[in-house]
Amino acid sequence: MKFSSLIASPGEWMRTDGPHHDIVISSRVRLARNLRDLPFPGWAKKADRIAILEQLKPQVESLGEMDDAFTEYLQDLSALEKQVLVERHLISREHAAKGIGSAVVMNRQQTLSIMINEEDHLRMQAIRCGFQLKNAYKLANKADNALEDTLEFAYSPQLGYLTACPTNVGTGMRASAMLHLPALVLDENINKVIQAVNKIGLAVRGLYGEGTEAMGNLFQVSNQTTLGEKEEDIINRLGKVIEQIIEHERSARQTLLEKKRTMLVDQIGRAYGILSHAFSMNSKEALNFLSLIRLGVDLGFFPSAFRLPADELFMETQPAHLQKNSQQKLSADERDALRAEIVRGKLRNFPAPDLSKGTSNGHGKEGAKD
Amino acid sequence: MPGSNIIQCDVCQSNEAEVFLTQIVGGKMQKVNLCKSCSKDRGVDDPTGFALTELLAGLGTSTETEKPAVAHGSGESSGETTTVVTAAKCPVCGFTQADFKKTGRLGCSECYQTFTESLGSLLKAMHKGTHHTGKMPVALARRKEITERMKSLQDNLQKAVRDEDYENAASLRDQIRRLSGQMGN
Repeated sequence: MKFSSLIASPGEWMRTDGPHHDIVISSRVRLARNLRDLPFPGWAKKADRIAILEQLKPQVESLGEMDDAFTEYLQDLSALEKQVLVERHLISREHAAKGIGSAVVMNRQQTLSIMINEEDHLRMQAIRCGFQLKNAYKLANKADNALEDTLEFAYSPQLGYLTACPTNVGTGMRASAMLHLPALVLDENINKVIQAVNKIGLAVRGLYGEGTEAMGNLFQVSNQTTLGEKEEDIINRLGKVIEQIIEHERSARQTLLEKKRTMLVDQIGRAYGILSHAFSMNSKEALNFLSLIRLGVDLGFFPSAFRLPADELFMETQPAHLQKNSQQKLSADERDALRAEIVRGKLRNFPAPDLSKGTSNGHGKEGAKD
Repeated sequence: MPGSNIIQCDVCQSNEAEVFLTQIVGGKMQKVNLCKSCSKDRGVDDPTGFALTELLAGLGTSTETEKPAVAHGSGESSGETTTVVTAAKCPVCGFTQADFKKTGRLGCSECYQTFTESLGSLLKAMHKGTHHTGKMPVALARRKEITERMKSLQDNLQKAVRDEDYENAASLRDQIRRLSGQMGN
């Protein structure tokens, strides 16, 4: 599959459905694996890296899941193409910085992406929409099982799978969910939630500017430890915590509707006004306002048909996605102008928010758990 | 003076910090202040792609516990208590303890054996346990299962012979034969 056809369609996880999709954007599981007694990519000489790559790439490509895969050496991707893959979470930033000796193979649905010679020889990542940690693990685990038929992975009975960084040793697994928590941010309870989650050994990541606001009200919750606990136990523990966070976000939404309605509709109304009329907008501003539009859809202020276009803007306003159709590289000012133009264009079809509506029991509440 | 309130970037130590990160891991609070360009360089502007611990490791302020590695299997007996720490070197990939300190990463899978002593306390501090309890490679799991089954069959066979239960012993012997056949595969 060509790069152009890969990016022409959004990944399966970007379709914004799946269990609890109003709050859980996506679920990801990645497994780190290495070949026995061969130097890890960060320490390997170029010739070693290439040899390892040439051993692994055909094996990865022959996985059943990788029928009609997109497969490419990193040095053959342009900076912009790499950045598009980063924005879609299909490769890591670290991998995007790689050149000769590294590759990426991903399936057509963009649900399984295997990085070769990232920090470890293999980083297998499965990504699913909504709250589907178990399904994501199943997908990654299946690829792992198929590969270990023919490859001898570095494994010790005591320490489990051996990884370049000791923080990943054991299961080599990082499971995470991307959560959209605008109400917890608006009612200023997000820090309490983050602290509570941190206390039990899970990590919350997000960009903090001044104050406590994260970009686009998006937070990633993941396991911090990989040794001493079974994969299923890690995923169950993480899943239970995420269920609690979902409940907190839902009740925060209810509280806002009941007790701080004016503030809530003011925020959503302003976001709509600015997004509809701005002529220059950086990506942080865009994400923060789009987050409020998304909340507006969840609460019924906008018709549910506008969920998809709103969500698409999250990705389309990212710097690389913005430029993927441009012939030449855009300056920051040009990007901000183009971003505002794209947002205005899409919002032209949006009706003004109907602020008489408003129910937290709107959409997506009854998602089946995985 | 209000001007002195400017917080410097922890990485380049020159620009004004604009990104303030806090992470609490296992009760330990870690803070990093970064300027715009360093935060970009380190991928911090992607809320999904960074780990504070990794940032810290790169800055040399990680909470790792250090212990000099003792040269492994080198047969040299210094006899003295004040041994000069000979930098342990991985026999497979040539990685040293100093390399680990610098990068926070290991050289190859054998390094876990080479630096086992210094890694022990680090792993203990980092993780929930010190023993892997999760998945193992399927082939290995199968081999382990067969070995265990073989052992139990042999124990039962001995017991059967001791008890002169020859009928049972014959059946056990057949099972052992079949299992050895499988092991050959």
